[in-house]
Amino acid sequence: MRAILESLLALALGVLVGAAVMAAWGRDPWGAYAALFTGALGNVRALASTLSRSLPLVLTGLTFAVGARAGLFNIGAQGQMLLGAVVALSCGLLSLPPGWHLLVALALSALAGALWALPVALLKLTRGVSEVISTIMLNWVAHWLTLYLVVQKLSDRVVGQRTFTVPMGMRFPVLQGELTWSWTVSVGMALFLFWFLWYHRQGYEVRAAGLNPRAARAAGISVSRAMVLALLLGGVSAAWAGAIQVLGRFPYAITSDLANLGNLGFDGIAVALIGRNHPLGILGGAFFFGVLATGAARMGLRGIPLEMIQIVQGVIVVAMAAPEALRLLRRLRARQREVVPA
Amino acid sequence: MNALLQVFPVALRAMVPITLAAVGEVFGEWAGVVNIGLEGIMTLSAFLAAVVSWATGSPFLGVLAGLATGALVGLFHGFISVRLRGNQIISGVGINLLGIGAVGFGTWALWGAKSPMLDRRFWIPEVPGLGVSPFVFLTPALALLTWWLLFRTALGLRVRAVGENPMSADVVGVPVERLRLFAVVYGGALGGLAGAFLSLDWLHTVSSTLPAGRGFIALANVVFSKLNPLLALLGGFLFGYFDALGIQLASVAGLSGAVPYQFIRMIPYMATLLVVALAIGRARFPKALGQPYRRE
Repeated sequence: MRAILESLLALALGVLVGAAVMAAWGRDPWGAYAALFTGALGNVRALASTLSRSLPLVLTGLTFAVGARAGLFNIGAQGQMLLGAVVALSCGLLSLPPGWHLLVALALSALAGALWALPVALLKLTRGVSEVISTIMLNWVAHWLTLYLVVQKLSDRVVGQRTFTVPMGMRFPVLQGELTWSWTVSVGMALFLFWFLWYHRQGYEVRAAGLNPRAARAAGISVSRAMVLALLLGGVSAAWAGAIQVLGRFPYAITSDLANLGNLGFDGIAVALIGRNHPLGILGGAFFFGVLATGAARMGLRGIPLEMIQIVQGVIVVAMAAPEALRLLRRLRARQREVVPA
Repeated sequence: MNALLQVFPVALRAMVPITLAAVGEVFGEWAGVVNIGLEGIMTLSAFLAAVVSWATGSPFLGVLAGLATGALVGLFHGFISVRLRGNQIISGVGINLLGIGAVGFGTWALWGAKSPMLDRRFWIPEVPGLGVSPFVFLTPALALLTWWLLFRTALGLRVRAVGENPMSADVVGVPVERLRLFAVVYGGALGGLAGAFLSLDWLHTVSSTLPAGRGFIALANVVFSKLNPLLALLGGFLFGYFDALGIQLASVAGLSGAVPYQFIRMIPYMATLLVVALAIGRARFPKALGQPYRRE
């Protein structure tokens, strides 16, 4: 209960600081937020767009969360997401019997994500390299590798601003408006990880390793194996975020500036923190950021840049860093109450 | 071969931000506070340094603004991690995200562009006669000063005590929270200088991704240095050399045909990974690193 309250308070703080920035800049914040929410939730089409934008965030949020459950600070989702996207897209070049493309694309993209997470685990366990450093470095390498493939190898000779588009047979079928059946991947992964972490022995070991590595070791749990597992699962999840963004969403390609993949990986951190690193909480957190992302497009029409959303997101993350702030407030109020009668 | 030698002048510049930010972080970590928000501090202070230099026409005031921005963000991080006993890593990530958002918003609001170029009038002038940036001298001096502070003064002894065993320090009357706050502000200020250098002296532009991972390379440098500011200076040269190599080789005409530009741009990050992996032995970090202190 308190956890949910803290998350909601952090969200409110983010929205308020966003409003203050807009007001300081001479814009009408409440008008902008009204536009944001009607733009994101106002009708079925808007809602479909919001859900569609939430789906990859669920997956990158899960990447961070499963790492955090194992006691890791895995911020490598960004690079794994990029590679997952470009590998999934490349599968369009394979000649396969009809009906197989989508499955093969998901499988190879998962493999790419796991492979990109493997050095993080190896460096951590054999050389003691902090995952914060290795994941960020690998993110940058993945960024340039993806850019190379997108610009030099996969670009559309006619259009030029993007890669070739995903062949029809490799796309997720449309459900409603922008929303496609790619939701099964995100929701499926969330439910799987929920089951895995709370109802499976190895998932239990992951959580035990994260809660108290020394006690876990004493209980005969291999903390290293738990970490490797968490990193690999995280890699798969992040890679699928990239894959469904390309195979399940307009423009069914990767733009030459990688803009349609954006910061999906980093956004997942905030999603996971809001969702308290719980797969079901993450579904809620991703929906909130889906609302922001869809609504931001509407705010953009009112002359408010998309970066506004990143400010809101940053404030939320900082607020989540200090849950004691909330308790401090309560204590101050209690103290005031003590002082007043005297 | 010639290209490898031509890298050195660039490496002298590339060394500056990675060293400054790392030396500041070394100081903070001795006191027990980790700040992985260096990237965000550099982004924000590069931006505000550029704004002040552009608004006042004085690059010197710009550098001061960068320094002050870094110190303030450091204070903010210190407040969360020391006073509120928050999670230092999450706070650092939040600062990085805030840096991207606020600077992206700010450049767009002020100049209507993603990465506006700064006019020559707003740059930091080179040292007359030598043709190098004053930061090339300032950086080793600050590394030396920080080393001296940490290992040759009573203040440094107290800072290290607070990071190693805050309870004992508290018992003998050392103000734990105040010293930790001071250390984070000091670290933030050096990160702010690094940011001001990026926009006003080296890259002459601002954008939401201006440091391009250099804040994290600085963190790798902290690990490499084993928390010794003088080794961080050496590490700064090493990481800076690879950073410069990536920049320099990308502009060598013959090479870009043979090796794609994008692969050359990977060099600093690959090299950082490699160096950190090969750096011999694990560093011993202060016992209370990352732990908030609560008086019982």
